[in-house]
Amino acid sequence: MSATAATNEASDLRDTALDGPELRVRLSKTWGTESGLWGALTTVDHKIIGRRYLITTFVFLFLAGLAAVAMRLQLAQPESKLIGPDLYNQLFTMHGTTMMFLFGVPVGEAFAVYLVPLMVGTRNIAFPRLNAFSYWVFLFGGLFLWISFFLNIGPDVGWFAYVPLSGPEFSPGKRADTWAQMITFTEVAGLAVAIEIVVTVLKQRAPGMTLDRIPLFVWAVFINSLVIIFALPAVVVASSFLIMDRLIGTHLFNPAEGGDALLFQHLFWFFGHPEVYIIFLPATGMVSAIVVTFARRQAFGYLALVLSLIAVAFLSFGLWVHHMFTTGLPQLGYAFFTASSMLIAVPNGLQIFCWIATLWDGRPDFKTPLLFVLGFFFIFVAGGLSGVLLASVPLDTQVHDTYFVVAHFHYVLIGGAVFPILGAIYYWFPKFTGRMLSERLGRWHFWLAFVGFNVAFFAMHISGLMGMPRRVYTYTAEMNWGALNLVSTIGALMLAASFALFLFNILRSMRVGAIAGDNPWGAGTLEWATASPPPPHNFDRIPFVTSREPLWAERDSLPVVTGLRVDNRELIASTVTEARAELREPSPEPSIWPFLAAIATGITFVASIFSPWAVVWGGALVAITLIGWFWPKGSKEDEG
Amino acid sequence: MRRPATILVLLLALAGCNTIQSPLDPASPQAHDLNRLFWIFVAVLGAIWLAVMVALAVALRAPRPAGADPLATDRGRDRRFGIVITGLAVATGVMVLVLTGLSYAAQRRLFAVEEEAVTIRVMGQQWWWQFTYEDVDASRTFITANEFHVPVGKPVKVKLNAVDVIHSFWVPSLMGKQDLIPGRENDIRFVAERPGVYRGQCAEFCGLQHAHMGLLVVVEAPEDFERWREAQISAAQPPTDSERQKGLEAFLSKPCVMCHTVRGTPAGGRTGPDLTHVGGRLTLAAGTLPMSRGNLAAWIVDPHGIKPGVNMPLIKLDPDELNSIAAYLEGLK
Repeated sequence: MSATAATNEASDLRDTALDGPELRVRLSKTWGTESGLWGALTTVDHKIIGRRYLITTFVFLFLAGLAAVAMRLQLAQPESKLIGPDLYNQLFTMHGTTMMFLFGVPVGEAFAVYLVPLMVGTRNIAFPRLNAFSYWVFLFGGLFLWISFFLNIGPDVGWFAYVPLSGPEFSPGKRADTWAQMITFTEVAGLAVAIEIVVTVLKQRAPGMTLDRIPLFVWAVFINSLVIIFALPAVVVASSFLIMDRLIGTHLFNPAEGGDALLFQHLFWFFGHPEVYIIFLPATGMVSAIVVTFARRQAFGYLALVLSLIAVAFLSFGLWVHHMFTTGLPQLGYAFFTASSMLIAVPNGLQIFCWIATLWDGRPDFKTPLLFVLGFFFIFVAGGLSGVLLASVPLDTQVHDTYFVVAHFHYVLIGGAVFPILGAIYYWFPKFTGRMLSERLGRWHFWLAFVGFNVAFFAMHISGLMGMPRRVYTYTAEMNWGALNLVSTIGALMLAASFALFLFNILRSMRVGAIAGDNPWGAGTLEWATASPPPPHNFDRIPFVTSREPLWAERDSLPVVTGLRVDNRELIASTVTEARAELREPSPEPSIWPFLAAIATGITFVASIFSPWAVVWGGALVAITLIGWFWPKGSKEDEG
Repeated sequence: MRRPATILVLLLALAGCNTIQSPLDPASPQAHDLNRLFWIFVAVLGAIWLAVMVALAVALRAPRPAGADPLATDRGRDRRFGIVITGLAVATGVMVLVLTGLSYAAQRRLFAVEEEAVTIRVMGQQWWWQFTYEDVDASRTFITANEFHVPVGKPVKVKLNAVDVIHSFWVPSLMGKQDLIPGRENDIRFVAERPGVYRGQCAEFCGLQHAHMGLLVVVEAPEDFERWREAQISAAQPPTDSERQKGLEAFLSKPCVMCHTVRGTPAGGRTGPDLTHVGGRLTLAAGTLPMSRGNLAAWIVDPHGIKPGVNMPLIKLDPDELNSIAAYLEGLK
């Protein structure tokens, strides 16, 4: 303890000395974000960044959805001349790439960035500046991809970009590079958030929140973050190798020079299958949260649900070869992957059973969030079961790369992730904005989406079984696929209309929606213990947790922890398993450096598709911004 | 819950309907096996889906009184739930084991090796198929494109390679698909059990014209097959009438010969399909157009209008040349 620290001790203002509105005002000032452009660029508030993440991912969802509508219009009739093969190939690549990398993965993380600190009862996410950095990198990556598309250098090699088609010989120009570098952008952003979530959950839980009192949503995104940390490096290797083959003449994937085309597939799917679960796991957390709140009963089989999540996470790394059942690998090895792929039905089934048991024993209140979860059951269970069929090697040789697979994974991804995410928006929108979404429009939205989805995608099972391969921009009338494709297109238009209704509901409710209050659904978890929208510091006093559903257990007054500083950003670091308060930990102030570092990173990534030297000079640029970022401040946050 | 019935009706209608490129219209023991396995899976999985939906519907009846403490639980009830759920999880595991077993048994039958009567090497390329009939006697080896014939009831082995990017060989009525990967060799085997024409199509995205990379398999009686094979082995017949003669001369004087082979003439290009017996095929441009003199002319005059991005260049021909070349090619039976 130096002399300065001693001086600070003297001016040390704790929350024990204040109360009520004054405490709130002082804390809001300490934790607040400046208004104006400077504040917007420097903020480290997880709620502001989480909201941005959410809005950005939904913008990408809408863009990718429009790409899908364009494809459906082209396929509505045989030999349509609406869209040529060049544009069509870009459209399905943009659709897949955007849905997977710019919506599917980041939307789960966006919810986590906003909600996890609130649900575990802390004041900000761990590494808030890294959080700001990750958002900017993600935004630049997404913009890079879509600007490229509008400049007609959008990737056209599929979201999987198999070599040799995406290699230097068969994809001259910069299109495939755009794809590969977009991967790098989003993976850097994704890994950063995953690390923040892991640390927030392990070290910043409110005192008393032992491992078995962690909300199921937090468990889901925590485990998901671990999956992200282990899965994403594989695709970074794949995309970097691809860029190296294309830019500096390595031959890692070139069979003519001793490379191996299948190596890319292994690397890609070693990431690509966990990826599906990266999209799905946060959604299971949303389902748990919504089922518990609207069934008015604590989750049945909490332990089973958590263990299922962990089992799914582990198993998801042992399935990747089922994407390669037709590549001619050894038969016995294939049989192993059939077994492991089907095995994942067991933990997933267990989760479904536990949710149904919760509803069975509860008193379901059929509000819009629950409707979307019921839609999830209907669709996801069907998609999961058709997945069991696909896990069979012999059957996969018939349906692989046909519209049957397209139907299957839209059942799993839209049913398993998008429906819960929409439910989650209806559920948490009051917390995000302080206003309720319209129930009436919500019901219309749900039914239109549900019917439209099933019309569009059920028909695809049949067109697949009638021999229609994926990724074809047209087909001849003799194939008899016309009627089914028209049905799919009609369904897709209904689904698109439902999203227009959703957007209208959001925009309208933001201005005229009913005022929500702190806890409009009467839910049990901590995010509902604070105002809607929450103040910059989240909680006036950090709650002390005595139950899995603190607001149900302590209905009148939540016990709190006191002793944190008010004039300084300070939060509680707690022990990993028992969440005993361990330290008062300073939390970083706003800073412009994450934004500058993200710009430097963006310049490096974009330039390096043109010249390998960009890595060197860009590296120096990034280093400069990082020096600025980590320069000792001598300010109050470094006191510890 | 009226959907399952609708679904079932639709699927059954589908099973009965006849298509030229469907795994549900099997024409080989292999495809029959797959079709049977498919319906077993659909029945088992459909029943499970239905059971889960019924359970969900029952669960939503709301037995709990309003205003009950959400944290209150009934121990006995919880234990019963626990037992049921454990049972269901075990049942899921058993189902997985049974289906894995069925699948593996089918896999072994499907990929069993039988002495083949005919061996065909397939080279996939953007965006057409080259078929080489292998024979121990090199003089009986021949090359054709986009359409091949096999004898009914005889085991056929297909070796799969790709020249440029990854393609996937799929004739659903005869056998499941298998990829063609540059630098690797895969193979599949099947026995066609009824004569007919079966369509196949590339199933791995392979670039601009992936949609137009079809192929036909003609299954015929062994005598017919032998006749066809002998005809294919022989070189092209010289033209007999003057128009076709003119066509041959035009063909040989134009860049056509840079890419195409017509055995028996100086044309020996290797990058495009072998045209020695092109007029005898049912389609042209890899299953894109029915074979006719008019379509041949249409294809030659504007390949990029029919298959945008195709590797066949546009060649300037005057109408006479075009017509006579189309007539010549049509006559190459």
